[in-house]
Amino acid sequence: MNAISPISWVRIGHLDDIPPRAARVVRTPAGDVAVFRTGTDEVFALKDRCPHGTGPLSNGIVHGRRVTCPLHGMVFDLTTGEAVGPETCSAATIPARVVDGMVELGGLDALGMAHG
Amino acid sequence: MKERLVVVGNGMAGIRAVEDLLASAPGRYDITVFGAEPHPNYNRIMLSPVLAGEKTFDQIILNGHDWYEANGITLYTGDGVTAIDPAARIVTSASGRTVAYDKLLLAVGSTPVVLPVPGAGLPGVIGFRDLADVDAMMDATRTGRNAVVIGAGLLGLEAANGLAAHGMTVTVLHLMGTIMERQLDEAAGALLQGELEGRGISIITRAQTAAIEGDGRVQRVRLNDGRVIDADLVVMAVGIRPATALAKAAGLEVNRGIVVNDRMVTSDPNILAVGECVEHRGQTYGLVAPLWDMAKVVAGELAGIGGAGYHGTVTATRLKVTGIEVFSAGTFNEPGADDIVFRDAARGVYKRILIKDNRIAGVVLYGDTADGPWYFQMLKDGESVETIRDTLIFGPNAGAVDADPAAAVAALPDSAEICGCNGVCKGTIVAAIRDKGCTSVDDVRTHTKASASCGNCTGLVEKLLASTLGASYAGESASRPMCKCTHHTHDDVRRLIVAGNLKSIPAVMQALEWTTAEGCASCRPALNYYLMCAWPGDYRDDAQSRYINERVHANIQKDGTYSVVPRMWGGLTNPAELRAIADVAERYAIPTVKVTGGQRIDLLGARKEDLPAIWADLNAAGMVSGHAYAKGLRTVKTCVGSEWCRFGTQASMDMGVRLERMTWGTWTPHKFKMAVSGCPRNCAEATIKDFGVVAVDSGWELHVGGNGGMKVRACDLLCKVETMEEVEEYCGAFIQMYREDARYLERTAPWIERIGLEPIRARILNEADRKALHRRFLHSQSFEQTDPWAERASGRVDAHEFAPLATFDAPATPTTLAAE
Repeated sequence: MNAISPISWVRIGHLDDIPPRAARVVRTPAGDVAVFRTGTDEVFALKDRCPHGTGPLSNGIVHGRRVTCPLHGMVFDLTTGEAVGPETCSAATIPARVVDGMVELGGLDALGMAHG
Repeated sequence: MKERLVVVGNGMAGIRAVEDLLASAPGRYDITVFGAEPHPNYNRIMLSPVLAGEKTFDQIILNGHDWYEANGITLYTGDGVTAIDPAARIVTSASGRTVAYDKLLLAVGSTPVVLPVPGAGLPGVIGFRDLADVDAMMDATRTGRNAVVIGAGLLGLEAANGLAAHGMTVTVLHLMGTIMERQLDEAAGALLQGELEGRGISIITRAQTAAIEGDGRVQRVRLNDGRVIDADLVVMAVGIRPATALAKAAGLEVNRGIVVNDRMVTSDPNILAVGECVEHRGQTYGLVAPLWDMAKVVAGELAGIGGAGYHGTVTATRLKVTGIEVFSAGTFNEPGADDIVFRDAARGVYKRILIKDNRIAGVVLYGDTADGPWYFQMLKDGESVETIRDTLIFGPNAGAVDADPAAAVAALPDSAEICGCNGVCKGTIVAAIRDKGCTSVDDVRTHTKASASCGNCTGLVEKLLASTLGASYAGESASRPMCKCTHHTHDDVRRLIVAGNLKSIPAVMQALEWTTAEGCASCRPALNYYLMCAWPGDYRDDAQSRYINERVHANIQKDGTYSVVPRMWGGLTNPAELRAIADVAERYAIPTVKVTGGQRIDLLGARKEDLPAIWADLNAAGMVSGHAYAKGLRTVKTCVGSEWCRFGTQASMDMGVRLERMTWGTWTPHKFKMAVSGCPRNCAEATIKDFGVVAVDSGWELHVGGNGGMKVRACDLLCKVETMEEVEEYCGAFIQMYREDARYLERTAPWIERIGLEPIRARILNEADRKALHRRFLHSQSFEQTDPWAERASGRVDAHEFAPLATFDAPATPTTLAAE
């Protein structure tokens, strides 16, 4: 848990466990993470709550590198977590990558989401 | 080196001045804009429709970040200027930025007046000035029940209407005897008050607020006469005050507002001011039209062009409350003036014109405001009305046999003002249509700004398009693209899907040249529906193009849990079903069990991962999905009918169950509700349903296109039939016509308003057409009547929706991996 150690990655499943343009939830002690797979098989992860409250972003419609919040229709950029449009708010991002077909999340320990 | 212009304030006045400046002297200044709010430039006067839920914030943006970038403007949002050093010509911002200027423009607007009563500072007491206030009100509508609005002026009433639209119990307190007394006379004020009270808003006039009370947060408002009103939210809308603190601290001359001369220059020659913060010839302004006039003068001054200077603005007012027409301009208590009054009680119309020295001094219109701009133009021009006085009150068409609205617009002079908000006259708009090739209201808006602010003149602009372009004007609804991903309209897309034999979303996007890779959350669900409707049994539903409710077959709630509504055919149930529902409620710790308006039982607060198990239990008791989440057939509500009721004339429960058995599972452009009443007493409220059946002695009346909700629409009578088989056939045919013709997310009520009842009647009453429609409906039903709950409870469909991909238990590494 210190700033200079390299980011630690943890494997959470296979890419095919997430349908294209969909999301799955990863449960952690510090809250749910939404892991998105785009139509072009990129993987991104956001905390599974919109910045306004309780919108579970994993339930939104994924289009391009964006997701639309199911509760009030706000659109978030999956790469930055920032709201698209005039609103200056953002959802927290979590590093995500695909290695040999396996999806990995990074830095969960630093976020207090998993023991590290 | 370029001169440096710093604009303090990112609101409508400041940015309008910058726009005008860029138009007349592009590139002359390096421009920096400071805005205290964290947003780009938006249309403040449209906050009321945003609050009422009629517009989104996106729709009221005037200039997005890209505009600032394109014009080389440095924008600091969320960072107000806190100090000006006029000697050094430097401003300092809240975050500590210092920026030097050659010219400074103050456009800091105004602040709401806060009544000096105890408790005015309590949390939950807000004004109505900016987006943060709207957000605070929206939050309050979700958690609180009672709202008090202090002040029945324009803003106060718009706030009250918006809060009431969200279901809050609203009380408006007003110090004076007449609401909106600055704009309305007593008669119009009373009409307006009656209308608002009819909408459930309580209005107390001559109310003096003594104190706002609460323990750590507002809980109630106490009046001087001892009355106490519960309040979870208090909106103060008693007036605005020019924001002068910054100017005062900088040593500028300040009275009520920042004092400016006719060139909009303050007491410091390098500092200009514009908008609600200024005082010009002793006058301050709180409406939008004067801002545009001032902005023009500011731009001329900064561009070094000069011009006529600012000489004040005559203003007109409209109330932005949907369904209420109020227009007011000028004065209405002018001594020595004559009155012309027109009343039509049945239509709720009141018009009053004040005439002094043969000129219009004031106008108040209630209920019918179409002629407002015509009167206002004559008022501003000081035109003599001596020769038309006899018919003046009947408007510009008085005496004309055929009151063709397009002809009336065509008859207006080029100098007639069409858009009061932006000061755009008819000649400018007609020139844009002729010379710039504008073919839609959007085009006109882009080129002239007409109808870009409050939108009240949109109808006039449409008529100008029609009268200028003639038959080549396609109309608005017909020419609007489906969304930003395409140039095609809903209707074109549907037509081209069939014509081009397009059978998947990617195929549609490719063939119709979508401008985005995979569409957006708006067009994808629409395309999915259109394809399903066009190719029953052939098209493969795309779950990822469905809204979450239809994807997981339950209704998402505000906390991310779901509600579950099993189907109860015709609203009928039995002990076994009730027992199963009770067991489910206990087993899955369902916090709320509620009977719905459609005669069903709603289990609210179910956890998403429990849904398949809940469904399995309900399936085991013989129950299937109630589709309470679907753009599809929801419920068929029935009364007990001749089976039990001593007044019933037909078996309405039986009829309802038969209709529901026939139609369940269908997907429609929007939700679809039905009801069957067993006699004309209509206990099932069938005449506000999409399809309503009312039994009479000799058969069944069929009603269509009704709905409850924010804007209630009673059904139109389609026809009368004799047998249950006919009811089924007409019902199937009507649903199929709606499925094939309406646009996605268009309920039957607006659909019928748009296309008219006659085309529907013509097809449904024609036997061949009706039978063909009904056949197509039954064909598509043969693919739709599979219980989605049973499919998912089996674990074979969409299992990924309901189980997490992985779970981390503190403090360990993954304990479950779905991949294994």
